Amino acid sequence: MNICVCVKQVPDTTEIRIDPETHTLIRAGVPSIVNPFDTYALEAAVRLREKLGGRVVVISMGPPQAAEAVRSCLAVGADEGYLISGRKFGGSDTLATSYILSEAIRAVEKKEGISFDLILGGKQAVDGDTAQVAPEIAEHLGLPQVTYALGIEEKDGELRVKRDCDNGYDIISVKLPAVVTVVRLPYEPRYPSIGPWLESKKRTIPVLTEADLETVDLTRCGLNGSPTKVKKSYTPVREKHGVILSKVPADEASAKVAGMLREAGII
Amino acid sequence: MYNQLTPEIISMIQKVSDHVYTGGDISPDYARDEMPIYGTRMPDLAVQPRSTEEVAAVMKICYENNIPVTPRGAGTGLAGGAVPLFGGVLMDISKMNRILEYDLENFVVNIEAGVLLADLAADCLTRGMMYPPDPGEKFACVGGNVATNAGGMRAVKYGTTRDYVRAMTVVLPNGEITHMGATVSKTSSGYSLMNLMIGSEGTLGIITELTLKIIPAPKAAASLIIPFRDLRTALATVPKFRMNHMDPQAIEFMEREIVMLSERYVGKAVFPQELSGEPINAYLLITLDGTSSEEVDKLIEQAANIALEAGAMDVLIADTSNRIKDAWAARSSFLEAIMEETKLLDECDVVVPVNKIADYLEFVNEQGRKCGLEIKTFGHAGDGNLHIYQCSNDLDEEEFKRRVDAFFDIIYREATRCGGLVSGEHGIGSGKIKYLVDSVGETNMELMRGIKQVFDPKMILNPGKVCYKL
Repeated sequence: MNICVCVKQVPDTTEIRIDPETHTLIRAGVPSIVNPFDTYALEAAVRLREKLGGRVVVISMGPPQAAEAVRSCLAVGADEGYLISGRKFGGSDTLATSYILSEAIRAVEKKEGISFDLILGGKQAVDGDTAQVAPEIAEHLGLPQVTYALGIEEKDGELRVKRDCDNGYDIISVKLPAVVTVVRLPYEPRYPSIGPWLESKKRTIPVLTEADLETVDLTRCGLNGSPTKVKKSYTPVREKHGVILSKVPADEASAKVAGMLREAGII
Repeated sequence: MYNQLTPEIISMIQKVSDHVYTGGDISPDYARDEMPIYGTRMPDLAVQPRSTEEVAAVMKICYENNIPVTPRGAGTGLAGGAVPLFGGVLMDISKMNRILEYDLENFVVNIEAGVLLADLAADCLTRGMMYPPDPGEKFACVGGNVATNAGGMRAVKYGTTRDYVRAMTVVLPNGEITHMGATVSKTSSGYSLMNLMIGSEGTLGIITELTLKIIPAPKAAASLIIPFRDLRTALATVPKFRMNHMDPQAIEFMEREIVMLSERYVGKAVFPQELSGEPINAYLLITLDGTSSEEVDKLIEQAANIALEAGAMDVLIADTSNRIKDAWAARSSFLEAIMEETKLLDECDVVVPVNKIADYLEFVNEQGRKCGLEIKTFGHAGDGNLHIYQCSNDLDEEEFKRRVDAFFDIIYREATRCGGLVSGEHGIGSGKIKYLVDSVGETNMELMRGIKQVFDPKMILNPGKVCYKL
């Protein structure tokens, strides 16, 4: 099974700290990591490959330094990785990004001489949180999609995907090729072992620019191809709901609570 | 020998403190620490002072009225040190929890003794600084860390709590306030009273404020999970890092069974259990730090080469903060995981020379079998500090204690014989006095009792701990 895994380099949100004086985020020196949801997608891909054979190819769109994210995927089982990076791609919203990635997937298939049976990604990136890119890739490529996977199994050339729902999960059967986005899995992504880790440090990550995507329509890329306009961003105000009764004896407090509930028409 | 609290004394204390609890208002937590097997006892009165002066005023009243006082931080001790064995007043300093001031030109921070280790560590990081001592229990008060000279994971590179205390404010048993030490980094100025206070477990005075040394935080770090076929090979690898000029921040050893137990508790499995069908029986978990990720990458390669040459099955790399956190989550939860699955529990934290760890653990496991006890062990491979747990779910408490006593007699004697000491970082409290006597001898015990007498002539501060029983 040939699998393409789309990953994104994101700031390590566990490392983001608040400046004690200005109360703003300290962005300087925050390391970059592979989006955690994408690491589960990659682990699922590598496990499928270990069982069924084939190739796992990682692609990532981003600035030149995102090559490090691709490299780290090579250390945990990806066979090949491509960085999609071009000046015309800068400023892309989710629609333009998914369009570019779908073109890149076609270009990578050609370069590798394979066709992908499965395209995997995390359910969303932890920096943008849109959860739009992978489903849009499926639309651009005309493929079926299953989102919010908690488990992926292959059976007789089809995938059985356990899909997360509010009240439990669905088991969805999907014919390949397809796009699947992953929330998490019953197992943890593997840690890189020293051999592949050292090897990955020596690999050159091929970069595909607009010149390498033969059929790409540049009017659909970058700022020009992005209908999304961010007018303003702000930190949501934390509203405190609920009332806390402190330093009140228990019987007095319970009477007060009962009174408040009655006033609110709840009891 | 002590006086009982009377309504008059209680009202005197209430006059100097607004945070006094009596009767049913006293938290039952105050009767114990995390090792209740050494005995529990409720205090007759509890105070949560907010200032050094408040501590001093309460202490003075107790001194004048011959009332025993037991100081307490977060109560996370493992040797019964914070249990008020004779009732009286419990002095909970955990509400004195302000980080007062950083002096980044002299690399120190001033804090109140009740600040939690986790809060201090996180606050230092926001300033690009690190408070290096890293005991496993992050929700202990730093004052308690100082009182037990807590060690922790990073001791192998950075030393223990003692190495980071520059000065302190102490309330003496008679209520007098005194300052010991200074911000400076050198001293040859008479007996180091401050160093007597460190590790005195609240028997000489109550530490209320601390000046602590901090260092610029390393810019990059990575952890390595190194699986081995057996523990002996794992432990034999440890000195090889040093010999090759490597200085890991932490080197922990762990065996398969306790890792699985802890991962069950944490609910996340990151340690591999086998490699190409071959079972893994022991692990080293090490952390490397440096001034850049390039430097740390080189250290990873160097450490991996050393480990593989010494017989490691593989080397797994945690080079993102999430992976580092997950790799350490299992290690940090050993105690909680054991507690979760165990009804009766006792513990010892002997420290032995690093080259004796493997032999000593073999001895311990054999004695455990002979004594009919289930033994779980883990520890700091870099400094020889071992955590040895005796667990039972089926013995009755009397029988369990009897077997543990017999077991302790043997294994403490062996630790002393091979050049070790009774406690690496948990302290003596009330639970380990007997073994301390056997280990350091009567002459040294007499010196300790003499020091206690000078600080606390009425013997009212934390009675029944460290060097004398009543």
